Amino acid sequence: MRVLRVAWLIARKDLAIERRSRIITNQVLPFAAVTMVIFGFALDANTDVLELVAPGLVWLATMFSLLLLVQRTFAVESDDGALDAMRVAGVDPRAIFVGKAIGLGIQLLVLEVVLLAAAVILYGETIRGSGVVLLVTTLISATCGLAAVGTLYGGLAAGSKGRETLLPLLTFPAVAPVLIGATRAVESALGTGAAELSEGWQWVSLLAVFAVAFGVGGALAFGPLIDE
Amino acid sequence: MTTLDPTDTTGTTTVASSTGRTPGTRATNVIAIATGVAMTWLVLFALVFSPADANQGESVRLMYIHLPTIWVAYLSFTVTAVSSGLYLFTKKQSLGWDRLAGASAEIGVIFVGLTLVVGSLWGRLTWGVFWQWDARLTTTALLFVTYIGYLAVRRLGGSHQQRAKRSAVIGLVSVLLLPLVHWSVRIWRSLHQSPTILDTDLDADIDGTMLLSVFIGMVAFSLLYTWLVMYRTRVMAMEDLVEDQGLDLALAERRAEGVGR
Repeated sequence: MRVLRVAWLIARKDLAIERRSRIITNQVLPFAAVTMVIFGFALDANTDVLELVAPGLVWLATMFSLLLLVQRTFAVESDDGALDAMRVAGVDPRAIFVGKAIGLGIQLLVLEVVLLAAAVILYGETIRGSGVVLLVTTLISATCGLAAVGTLYGGLAAGSKGRETLLPLLTFPAVAPVLIGATRAVESALGTGAAELSEGWQWVSLLAVFAVAFGVGGALAFGPLIDE
Repeated sequence: MTTLDPTDTTGTTTVASSTGRTPGTRATNVIAIATGVAMTWLVLFALVFSPADANQGESVRLMYIHLPTIWVAYLSFTVTAVSSGLYLFTKKQSLGWDRLAGASAEIGVIFVGLTLVVGSLWGRLTWGVFWQWDARLTTTALLFVTYIGYLAVRRLGGSHQQRAKRSAVIGLVSVLLLPLVHWSVRIWRSLHQSPTILDTDLDADIDGTMLLSVFIGMVAFSLLYTWLVMYRTRVMAMEDLVEDQGLDLALAERRAEGVGR
């Protein structure tokens, strides 16, 4: 399908820019790691409490880093008027949405893996074998939802002055369901607080519905938002 | 210098004839009187005629405000979504729909805030705590913050059409939260009670006079909502007119300076 081909081109462009500039690897990933350390300062660092809340902290750090990732994704476009140039060149806005969402999603996945590793190292989490499938599924479905929301609201908040600060206010309420669902699912996968695997799969279904809703809705809504 | 020509509809709007001092007209005055009467009825029924609850005692009377305010909030956000859709998907893309959406959302935010406050008071009396992180309260708080975001989007600046397009998209996306809020008590068996009236069985299990009081409350608050929305939409229309005129006034002043010199 033409839209998917163009979207994949856009995603590859974004990842190529990242590979050359290394802004995410040099700035955002360290920020995420520092956030995990700071959580340790704020909460009781005697590992019992941290181990219990670790899934929540992982997703909290993801949310904060998501803001930076989204701002970076759209700074790349607005710096040289690239977004307008793409629209003028006749690129389908759905393709732009899907492409940027894919790029954002891949970066998010890397981020989440790093954060999980930090949780294992810093908070003493263990990943049990029976939960790996659930864990991976949660990561993928949560990432899809976050990428869709981030791209949609990032497109709205990108560009002119006085708009970037709107991104957190819009994004956080919208991704709250993902935060809740992903935290509970990861708790089930890791077995923290004696959570069962079966509960985790229910939460994954919520994440999947969310991702589909925002993916489809976002693709449709993106066009009017950037066509100013 | 342009004048406020009521028949000129390009980019401006007509304002219904009024006394000139307030946006009130005969229609809004009638609704205002009806609201006043209904509110008086509500006060009488809520405080005097209806009985105290067997379990909750007198604190059940807070429900006669709590239920109508969330009902009005649902109504106003639905109106926002519908008029956002009408703005986006009609050929004329009339700004009137955008103003209705904005006015309705503002009122909705106020009423959700009221719901949360009155609910907290009731919770303090009945459960002993102001707040609980159960599904219904959490999703309602989420609704509140989401529409505050909608209001922030409306204030981003730019032309009226830009504002309208942006907020229409956000309005349509945000309304998806409404079913989540209402059915949250079903999806997650929670502390807050299940829907009593807007239940799929449509079989409200609540005592007669209390049910009547709640319905009077719904009617009274719906009338209040209608009155507020009509007023706010008209004020918004006038704000847009003033904004449109801004450049003309500045030019006229500048020219007057030149002549006076």
